[in-house]
Amino acid sequence: MAYLIKKPARTLSEQVYAVEAAKGLGITFRRLFTNVFGKAEDKKIATIQYPDESRDYPERFRGVHRLTHRVDGSPRCVACLCCSTACPAQCIHIEPAEYGEGDPRHGYERFPRLFVIDELRCIFCGFCVEACPCDAIRMDTGTHVPASWSREHFIFDKETLMSIPGRDGTYVTDNPRHEPGDPTHPGIDRDHHH
Amino acid sequence: MEFGWFLLATVLKVSFILGVTVLLYAPVFVLFERRQSAMVQDRIGPMMGGVKMPRLVIDHLQTLQMGAFGMAALCGLLFLFATAQVWQGNGTEVLFTEPVLGVRHTWNGMMFVFGALAAVHVPLGVVLPYLFHHDRLTIFGGLHALFDAIKAFTKEDVVPPEADKFLFSLAPIIAMVPALMLGAVIPFGPTLYVDYLFEQLPAEGTIGGAAIPLQVASLNIGILYMFAVGGAGIIGAALAGYSSNNKFALIGGLRAASQMVSYEVCLGLTIVPLFMLYDSLLLDEMVQWQVDHVWGVVVQPIAFVLFLTASIAEYKRVPFDAPEGESEIVAGFFLEYSSGKWLMYMLAEFFEVATSSMLIAVLFFGGWDVPFLGRGGWEAFGYAFDLSGTHWAILSEVANSHVFIVAVQIGAFVLKALLLGMLSIQIRWTLPRFRYDQIMQLCWRMILPLALVNILVTGIFILLTGI
Repeated sequence: MAYLIKKPARTLSEQVYAVEAAKGLGITFRRLFTNVFGKAEDKKIATIQYPDESRDYPERFRGVHRLTHRVDGSPRCVACLCCSTACPAQCIHIEPAEYGEGDPRHGYERFPRLFVIDELRCIFCGFCVEACPCDAIRMDTGTHVPASWSREHFIFDKETLMSIPGRDGTYVTDNPRHEPGDPTHPGIDRDHHH
Repeated sequence: MEFGWFLLATVLKVSFILGVTVLLYAPVFVLFERRQSAMVQDRIGPMMGGVKMPRLVIDHLQTLQMGAFGMAALCGLLFLFATAQVWQGNGTEVLFTEPVLGVRHTWNGMMFVFGALAAVHVPLGVVLPYLFHHDRLTIFGGLHALFDAIKAFTKEDVVPPEADKFLFSLAPIIAMVPALMLGAVIPFGPTLYVDYLFEQLPAEGTIGGAAIPLQVASLNIGILYMFAVGGAGIIGAALAGYSSNNKFALIGGLRAASQMVSYEVCLGLTIVPLFMLYDSLLLDEMVQWQVDHVWGVVVQPIAFVLFLTASIAEYKRVPFDAPEGESEIVAGFFLEYSSGKWLMYMLAEFFEVATSSMLIAVLFFGGWDVPFLGRGGWEAFGYAFDLSGTHWAILSEVANSHVFIVAVQIGAFVLKALLLGMLSIQIRWTLPRFRYDQIMQLCWRMILPLALVNILVTGIFILLTGI
């Protein structure tokens, strides 16, 4: 059924288009002059020149992984395989190894001989970080995986992962770590025997 | 005047008007279009294209800027010192016993040279940081536009297999060439009296010797030439739509043809009141009338608004870009064009903006007229700028010299057209597109009757006052 749509009421100045057009020109010209010549705080430019400038990712952004260091520069990771077990994309490959005879850590903990993440397979869910019992793997780097030409470049090995700093530029985390032999170390049994 | 000199003068005038259109207006309007649209929409706009500069230059921009300001300050001090010398009447004193670099230096000369140097270095220092963006030279993003043009030109030139190859290639030329030909009748400066370049001319009376009117051709059909040649541009758009063998292009071509033919009528009728007032069809005489009386925009503001509207519709830019109709018919009549041919349509559009801005400047804003500046020098409210009896004689000698006045007037004309072009670009980024039927209604039911009423009112006014 045909029905009538009421035309919106117009004032005379709206009907004479030139007046409203002049008003519109006034608005755009004002905006133009503020954005070009105005004071810095008045400017309303919303865009940035991306490759030259970039915005910081949010605080909790899950970026490329990194392996944190101990104070002596060795990886914090004890190769417990929690992360690779938790990983839904199965992109983490770890080969554990024993510290050598005579090393204070020998018999206490292992270290990863190989720690490989396939960054193309990773879905950046962050479960590995959740699973890690000793704060060894983190995604707080604040950057994404850089683009590259070859798939092989995205297989990040232990050295690569350890070479990526956190957002604050450090490799060691604030979480204290108790090395074996150090009196604060909880020991291997409930009576705190070293 | 001898034929050889006449030929040389004509070639120089043609190259000036073509050079201004092609090398100044077209690139500057392209740049304005990008920067204005970006800034109005709170964007930075395209800035990526540029020439990578050495780190040394980028790191020391601030130093360079300070250097420019320092230079300005130094020249300013020397200028003040020279001015003080002129103040004491030592203006014509020769500074060095031997001529340095073949010129005898006087305090007068020092004042001009250092004043000009100081005046140049201040804007240089202000502009300097804006020429660069991060690690490259961008010239306000102008190089990006240049690279875009180079990219467009070097792309593959696709001609649709079913298109009419000859007409398809001919159409962009027909669209572009009339836009450039329009410049031929535009007076960009007053008559130049070659024999009296460095002298002050009498304000009244005839002047002998060789005279060069600064207009390529003062045709006795005058502005009718503009409409005739401008009308040829319609063929370019219509042919493009017709020869592309594409239905969208055909619709675009049809729209372009009907819109441009309709607005051609409005364009002609809106300035009939001006012919009646100026009592001439010659553009140079129209300017002369405005020099003698007032600018056209003051006496005919309605004609100005109508003519501006009709000319925007004539060169098919937003809000009258139904022939292109981005959202309806893809790109309209030049849909099938690529590479250099597409670029020719793009450039034709900007040439038309340039020529129509120049035409509006001539018709409504006094062309090369500068207020208070006559042939005989600067004069305001009965007071002439004349210091010939004082120490400052050199100042009025330069300011009132014929060649300086002509240069100022040509500069004023170029600037007026530039500002009008900026206005039309701003209109393009402010108003939304009209529907096709609205465009036609605006032409036949609004502008045309208003123009006729304007003619009637102007006629009655002239009849009553007997101007």
